[in-house]
Amino acid sequence: MTIASHPDPLLVDGVEFSSRLIMGTGGLSSLHTLEQALLASGTELTTVALRRYAPGQGDTLFSLLERNGIRILPNTAGCYTARDALLTAELGREALETDWVKLEVIADEDTLLPDVVELLDATEQLVARGFKVFAYTSDDPAVARRLEDYGAAAVMPLGSPIGTGLGILNPHNIELIASRAGVPVVLDAGIGTASEAAFAMELGCDAVLLASAVTRAQNPVAMATAMRHAVAAGRLAAGAGRIPARRHAVASSPMDGLIDADTPASVPRGDWAPTGGAR
Amino acid sequence: MSTITLNGTSQAVSEDTTLVDLVAQAAGRPIGSDGHALDGSRLGMAVAVDAVVVPRSRWHRTPVVAGQTIEIITAVQGG
Repeated sequence: MTIASHPDPLLVDGVEFSSRLIMGTGGLSSLHTLEQALLASGTELTTVALRRYAPGQGDTLFSLLERNGIRILPNTAGCYTARDALLTAELGREALETDWVKLEVIADEDTLLPDVVELLDATEQLVARGFKVFAYTSDDPAVARRLEDYGAAAVMPLGSPIGTGLGILNPHNIELIASRAGVPVVLDAGIGTASEAAFAMELGCDAVLLASAVTRAQNPVAMATAMRHAVAAGRLAAGAGRIPARRHAVASSPMDGLIDADTPASVPRGDWAPTGGAR
Repeated sequence: MSTITLNGTSQAVSEDTTLVDLVAQAAGRPIGSDGHALDGSRLGMAVAVDAVVVPRSRWHRTPVVAGQTIEIITAVQGG
């Protein structure tokens, strides 16, 4: 299904994606439902975590993604230090044969907020080792710029803390980050429903990354479909040149030729010529 | 026999075991000397020995030594 009438691919590290929705895969116990949701979302890039291999799993997430031609973005979820993140990133590169990594370095388990000091350190080291770093970060424009300076392939500020569904708490900062970035900006974390995904795109983000909003929804497949349309709608709206917001009403119907109670009935309603008056 | 810790569990392995043997056993399919599955499918697995990643091209010539902590990892669901 084509939503946009013109091609408008997301370009990251020289790779084109027609979908601007990046999906996380956590939060669903059924791999079958996850597969249906991923297909409904239209995503072409999904994140995975790296954990100990448990034999006898049957169908695996890896084979599911391979089968559907969905590109894999390994993450460093659960890492609290640059040192841990580096090891996890190396494991991901080896296991999944990709230089791409979603770099997450978390400050504490209550907030799951990024530890930007460790994040910057890890970004610098990973870039030096040839990784393409997708940096999950706070909504601080100064940090976002520094990540880009350090060579991040994409900057991924949070809308609100992971899994909260609180939406975009600081739209001004997200807009500022998107307007100044020379690399793709991906709104990552905090999205709760479709309007928030569209809002992220309207603010100028290049893509949206979400997981819980879909995987923990009562109907994941329906929400995945909603997100697909929301991201596409937000992207179109962002490029469509919205009207300025005004303090007072501006009529969209003409005033000329308006019938009032004293007008003779010989002028039929709805029959006037366009006058070029107020729109 | 040598005792190692594999994915958090103590395990006895024969003296001539290499990493490729451990991975093949875990994956349940034969693996070539290049570290790729012989059936042509992608493995999606990586190995760390004492917190250092060993590239798949070196699995077949990396002996397992008593006392080592070996992790075999793969992709799981996650944000």
